[in-house]
Amino acid sequence: MAHMEYNVPSERWPAHPETATMEGKNKFVGFWIFLAGETALFASLFATYLALKDSVPGEDHPLAADLFALPLAFVMTMFLLTSSLTSVYAIYHMRNNNFAKMQLWLGITVLLGLGFLALEIYEFIEYVHHGHTFRSSAFGSAFYFLLGTHGFHVVIGLGWITLLILRNARRGISVYTAAKVNTASLYWHFIDVVWVFIFTIVYLLGVM
Amino acid sequence: MASTAKKQGVGSVIWDYLTTVDHKKIAILYLIAGGFFFVVGGIEAMMIRIQLAVPNNDFLSAGLFNEMITMHGTTMIFLAAMPLLFAFMNATVPLQIGARDVAFPFLNALGVWLFVFGGIFLNLSWFLGGAPDAGWTSYASLSIASAGHGIDFYALGLQISGAGTLISGINFVTTIINMRAPGMTYMRMPLMTWTTLVASVLIVFAFPPLTIGLFLLIFDRMFGSSFFLVETGGNTIIWEHLFWIFGHPEVYILILPAFGIFSEIFSTFSRKRLFGYSAMVFATIIIGFFGFMVWAHHMFTVGLGPTANAIFAVATMAIAVPTGIKIFNWIATVWGGSIEFTTPMLYALAFIPSFTMGGVTGVMQAAAPADYQYHDSYFIVAHFHYVIVGGVVFGLLAGLHYYWPLMFGTMLSEKLGKITFVIFVIGFHVTFLIQHFLGLWGMPRRVFTYLDGQGYNTANLISSMGALLMAIAVIILVINIIMTVAKNQKVGRDPWGDGRTLEWSLPLPVPYYNFAQIPLVRGLDAYWIEKKANNGRMMPSESLEDFHMPNNSFIPFVMSFGLFVAAFGALYFASGKDWAIDAVSGLNVHPWAPWVLGLGLAITVGAMITRSIKDDLGYYVTKEEVLRDLEEEERRAR
Repeated sequence: MAHMEYNVPSERWPAHPETATMEGKNKFVGFWIFLAGETALFASLFATYLALKDSVPGEDHPLAADLFALPLAFVMTMFLLTSSLTSVYAIYHMRNNNFAKMQLWLGITVLLGLGFLALEIYEFIEYVHHGHTFRSSAFGSAFYFLLGTHGFHVVIGLGWITLLILRNARRGISVYTAAKVNTASLYWHFIDVVWVFIFTIVYLLGVM
Repeated sequence: MASTAKKQGVGSVIWDYLTTVDHKKIAILYLIAGGFFFVVGGIEAMMIRIQLAVPNNDFLSAGLFNEMITMHGTTMIFLAAMPLLFAFMNATVPLQIGARDVAFPFLNALGVWLFVFGGIFLNLSWFLGGAPDAGWTSYASLSIASAGHGIDFYALGLQISGAGTLISGINFVTTIINMRAPGMTYMRMPLMTWTTLVASVLIVFAFPPLTIGLFLLIFDRMFGSSFFLVETGGNTIIWEHLFWIFGHPEVYILILPAFGIFSEIFSTFSRKRLFGYSAMVFATIIIGFFGFMVWAHHMFTVGLGPTANAIFAVATMAIAVPTGIKIFNWIATVWGGSIEFTTPMLYALAFIPSFTMGGVTGVMQAAAPADYQYHDSYFIVAHFHYVIVGGVVFGLLAGLHYYWPLMFGTMLSEKLGKITFVIFVIGFHVTFLIQHFLGLWGMPRRVFTYLDGQGYNTANLISSMGALLMAIAVIILVINIIMTVAKNQKVGRDPWGDGRTLEWSLPLPVPYYNFAQIPLVRGLDAYWIEKKANNGRMMPSESLEDFHMPNNSFIPFVMSFGLFVAAFGALYFASGKDWAIDAVSGLNVHPWAPWVLGLGLAITVGAMITRSIKDDLGYYVTKEEVLRDLEEEERRAR
């Protein structure tokens, strides 16, 4: 094996720079397996939520139907779904070796994710005013743990992508950095998929 | 980058091991740490058996006895058996598939340090106000009521070491999928590699439910949530489900790699190809698959209803089929073979009847109505010790003797090894066979003492005598290890003389880059094929050139240390707070707790950011260096 060339010139830029190196291939497979584990993690969370979603200490404690507002959940969904699309654009430009546009679309992804996060924090504060807290009931604990774990993933994803934008600002794009960006984008899509399930199982099922 | 030939000072050796990403050194770290915890868990077992040796004994108090059984089970499963299996998986799998390292050497190091810090944290409970006392299963109805911080040590310690296990599982799956040498197709992989793959897949799917279960416990006990608090709508059965959705696959995570070790040993010392290789592979996969569908057989008496019980009973009985296939294939491998009775082979031969006995009592318990009688009796204790000791521990001891030369380049004494074997196997059966009867006679498990005149006296005394024999056997094993290390008599390539798989084709000690040239694999038992066809020389699949290796790193240690610090903050967070559960609300307030929690997490996150920002491109081993090593090796061979 000859010495690896990380900064591949544009005329020889591979169609899939993220898996052009052995490290890239490993990251790709390894991260999918990590996401399989994450699926089991969220499955356990959803199961816990479904078991406890109607468990409150008394009649006066609010339940899902008293709290959830679908319009807000819809706007949040749009923010997150769109951010998934913009991250696809970033990967598209990465494969075309267009560093500036990749950074731009990653930046837009982060902004949309921040919008989602702001709305979620606003939503949580509203609920706390209604007496629905992490400690008020088993329903509250399960709700905030499920959505909080998802929200925590959003925070991690935002921090990760921001860090990549900053660290790659000077380095530009190479088969080494491409693998990193691609992994973060896989993670971001996964967060999006989990949100689709949250929207269905928590919000739609909650107001019905 | 250290060349092993050079003489190193103690400090630099320690630093080398703290920063290593070499799977062979990580295997040694797992072996040392796992071996240490095995001895700790063994001492706890002796305490239990001394307390139960005679009726009305007051050697241990009731509370201390509960702590002892909890820590014995938790230590043996999470801190001894799993890490020791990881030791052998790390030592063998990359070599068996013809790779220079695992897919993620950095994560491999992170896995071992998370396990070490989690294990230390859990065991610090002995010195910081008392160990957990709700049993290794830590059912929520007990664990929420347990006063003091014992359960918190359990939840946080297992969370940290569990994260390490998950990371290692992901690493092995990726390694086996991506890093196989040319010609090493899936159906040419040695059984050790196959069982590692399936066990790692089980880890990926089984540990996240445990993570969630532990988080529910952590939040209830430390942050005021009410998942298990019935008065605010909680439900303790959720813990039982999550724990066993993890816990049942966990027993297969333990036993499958042991099956792998035995398969290698049977084949090597019968000097025959493994009988029914493809049936063995599929049986392994089916066992892994069914492992996820039987968790509720631990909960037959919870009251899930006859339909649920019937489904789980049938699924449980079905697992006996692929396991039976394996037993018969091992017997057929030995049948007609040119058998060599080495220590590992003796353990393997003793494993077949011992493990089968454990399997048979397992099928008995799978019958749900009968299980109402066995449940929570010593029959259960006898059953799971027959599968865990008769299966996993025999496998670990066999693996220790078998793979010792591969890991250290020396041979354990066969004479002392056989003495250990005889005493250990006799001790094992004396301890646990009688416990089946104790259970059927009505002795419940987890009782700290029993009254005179109930007919339990003799059987308990016999059981405790057996435990003493096992302890003596382990002491002889330790003496064997110390003598072998002191003598340091080096052995050469293929020390057993009958190695069949790639790891034995390497010179000993194995060079840090494993293979000077990645070999070409031409079939199952790759090295055996070349012994017959090519005078024992592996055919290279590449020309001799510079190749890439990963850099050492101290970051895994720092990341794990950060979580260790954070755990102390979380542990004392709820102490004395009015919103906390009764078990901790009466304790002293620790105002520093949130700061320590924040500091610890900051260390870990900082280490992760450092890892992300820095480019870590590894380095190249030059052709010249490899050529020098090869010449040196040839000179020694002559």
